[in-house]
Amino acid sequence: MEKKVTIKNESGIHARPAALLVKKASEFESKVEIDFNGKKVNAKSIMGIMSLGASKGSEITVITDGSDEDQAANEVAKLIESGFGE
Amino acid sequence: MIKGTNASPGIALGKALVLEHNEIVIEKKTIDNIELEQKKLTDAINKSKEELTKVKEKALVELGAEKAEIFEAHLLVLQDPELVDSTLNKIKDEKINADYAFNEVKNMFVSMFESMDNEYMKERAADIKDVGNRVLRHILDIKFVDLSTLEDEVVLIAHDLTPSDTATMNKKKVLGFLTDIGGRTSHTAIMARTLETPAVVGLKNITETVKDGDYVIFNGETGEVIINPDENTINEYKDLKEKFEKEKKELESLKGQESKTLDGRHVELAGNIGTPNDVQGLINNDAEGVGLYRTEFLYMNRSEFPTEEEQYESYKAVLESMNPKPIVIRTLDIGGDKELSYLEMDKEMNPFLGYRAIRLCLDRQDIFKTQLRALLRASVHGNLRIMFPMISSLEELLSAKEILESVKSDLDKEGIDYSKNIEVGMMIEVPSAALISDILAKHVDFFSIGTNDLIQYTTAVDRMNEKIHNLYNQFNPAVLRLIKMVIDNGHKEGKWVGMCGEAAGDKRMIPILLGMGLDEFSMSPISILPARKLITSLKYEDMKPVAEKVVSMGTAKEIEEYMQNNFA
Repeated sequence: MEKKVTIKNESGIHARPAALLVKKASEFESKVEIDFNGKKVNAKSIMGIMSLGASKGSEITVITDGSDEDQAANEVAKLIESGFGE
Repeated sequence: MIKGTNASPGIALGKALVLEHNEIVIEKKTIDNIELEQKKLTDAINKSKEELTKVKEKALVELGAEKAEIFEAHLLVLQDPELVDSTLNKIKDEKINADYAFNEVKNMFVSMFESMDNEYMKERAADIKDVGNRVLRHILDIKFVDLSTLEDEVVLIAHDLTPSDTATMNKKKVLGFLTDIGGRTSHTAIMARTLETPAVVGLKNITETVKDGDYVIFNGETGEVIINPDENTINEYKDLKEKFEKEKKELESLKGQESKTLDGRHVELAGNIGTPNDVQGLINNDAEGVGLYRTEFLYMNRSEFPTEEEQYESYKAVLESMNPKPIVIRTLDIGGDKELSYLEMDKEMNPFLGYRAIRLCLDRQDIFKTQLRALLRASVHGNLRIMFPMISSLEELLSAKEILESVKSDLDKEGIDYSKNIEVGMMIEVPSAALISDILAKHVDFFSIGTNDLIQYTTAVDRMNEKIHNLYNQFNPAVLRLIKMVIDNGHKEGKWVGMCGEAAGDKRMIPILLGMGLDEFSMSPISILPARKLITSLKYEDMKPVAEKVVSMGTAKEIEEYMQNNFA
């Protein structure tokens, strides 16, 4: 399952949004990955997420694989699109 | 009884906690029992998690949600599958010890973050190091006391306290500090006075003499320390403590009053601070401004230079907190005994006579300009005064001012607002500057005399050298003459003159400085109210002849005794 989303919050994925994203991804059994500019990282890894350096306006792809992949992709994408409540 | 250097007044009685700063040493070893090594890692991570959860909960209560989020991120780093799984695999694949494998993986992430373009991300490398070292200490079973999570009240005993020790400690649980090394102007001593925590320093081997859990009492005013005293002595000191606290209460009544002599001369009593957090101490002690904000602490204990934004936030916080009171912010004073781990500096024969303070800033204009931009931008939030440290010639002063002007014109071009009435001054801490203060005064709005270094450079005495400690004396008549010269030269040009060195808060010095006409006295917050008490009891006209008399005396001892007998 793949879903394209755009980062909306002003500061991009800095520590707080990254932490929220990792927590969300970790709720699911499926493998969750984020692809940004051809670089693919584990969405359950805070260091992986932060190393992307994705800023506001970046388009990223959420890729999920596993038993709950639909729900995982939807919820992770929803969190990103909400601008992490910022 | 042991005697050390009295660093911060007050009486402390309590159980000792001896800090050991063991270094993390990692060696590569080949191992047979893979599972055992992997278990060492997971156990260490679990222990670190427990600790950090506690730290986070404490931070949430004491520092608020925003600060607590840092620890939340630290916890996530610990759980990071990339970090943990990579290490577990490395142990198995390479048959190596857990600490070595973990350190390798950790360093890979640290360098990945350090190499990123984004300043913010670069700073995350420090977080990973911090968390990583916690795990490593557990793997290696290195004893480590987390000062932020102290549960019982303790007297801290250490070789010396680092700035990060004093920054992270739970201040409510720390009754006092005792250290092996240091003098009245060492970091520990200055911090102790800022925190209003009793302290005795320079005790030589107190970390060996005292064991964890020993009962210690000490007097921060006399420097006396007693280990495991009898009941009578404990009671005697409990009485002393009560008396000290009663006197402290009496000083409270001076809050809100003017610092004015009996015959109406008003002086400004300001405070010295190291971090925005210290402002609270100044507000508590009714300071009339900040006479010295040492910005170097912003640069220390980290792995990268602070960004313009970070600096701006710190300066803004201080300026806002005391607005409209004046805040003197000193530009970066690094070098000498203060080093930055991320700024490579050549080893020097005489670092105090070397590449430091304004010399470094004039050479590394990138660093200097970033700070000046942050200062100018923050100036709209309060009453800013900018001060250059360690100026030793007119050329340096003019260069520093020129750079400041160029930063201003950059901001003008970018349409960024800054205050148009910022006073610009310099420190007088080098004899060459004092000797040409008549010339320098034409180019500044104020002088601030830094006695700690002025004594050191005038008398050629290394202030950290215990062997010649007795030669380092603020009553040295040569130093007093230089101080008088600077005040007179400043006044001739209509400029105000302050002092931000230790002498400004000394009860035996204040009458002399008052008589010389010093306009501003900046000191540790704790000294402000006692200084006000003294100043409001003196007549300016009576102190003029006192100042004249002492500068004609031949020895520091003579002057000190005269002041002790007449004023202390």
